[in-house]
Amino acid sequence: MVRIEFLGPIAKASIHIEANSLRDVALYLQEDSELSVWLDKLAIAVNDTMVCDLDYVLKDGDKISLLPPVCGG
Amino acid sequence: MMVEIYNGALDVKAIFSNWLDEGIERNWGAFIPFIGIVREEDGIEALSFDIYEPILNGWFNDWQAKAKKRGAILKMAHSRGDVPVHTSSYMSAVFSPKRRVALELIDEFVEDFKANAPIWKYDIVEGKRVYAEDRSTPMSGAGLMSKKD
Repeated sequence: MVRIEFLGPIAKASIHIEANSLRDVALYLQEDSELSVWLDKLAIAVNDTMVCDLDYVLKDGDKISLLPPVCGG
Repeated sequence: MMVEIYNGALDVKAIFSNWLDEGIERNWGAFIPFIGIVREEDGIEALSFDIYEPILNGWFNDWQAKAKKRGAILKMAHSRGDVPVHTSSYMSAVFSPKRRVALELIDEFVEDFKANAPIWKYDIVEGKRVYAEDRSTPMSGAGLMSKKD
């Protein structure tokens, strides 16, 4: 199981899913209509490191963070 | 060195004074601060911020390493929660023995801060917290989760 957490303005509680790669996570999230407005704008981190590769292999207990558009300052 | 995170508005004078004293004591040379002040516009009472610290500190440490290669040192402070108009939510600074390096770095650092620091901004209007979606920027690499192949 991996944990998916939604940061900032995405008002959604963390979820746990079975996933072997970020591709599995993407397929899961694409099924969720609540997330459709966010998907093309989200950056991804695995265990607090930014990741840009859909084939990134996940292991049990990984934390996946979804980061919506930012604006500091 | 970590990002300094404070609840509510920054105490600009105290933070500035601490940084200045440290720079003088350590003989760091030119000191170029950047201070952001919340403007009164569009009826907002305050801005409000969420921060994801683990990635913010990683991002900041990468920048600190880049600065170090150029002989410079970075400082940064940011607010969490509500920050009323006419107060400050963001301060950063570059120290360097070389003026030109410091001027270039503050520009590059603040631009990348706006684009890639994991901080989310909200307007406080009539007591409600509204995500500043139109002023927000997708981070580098965004969009991975919408790919189908």
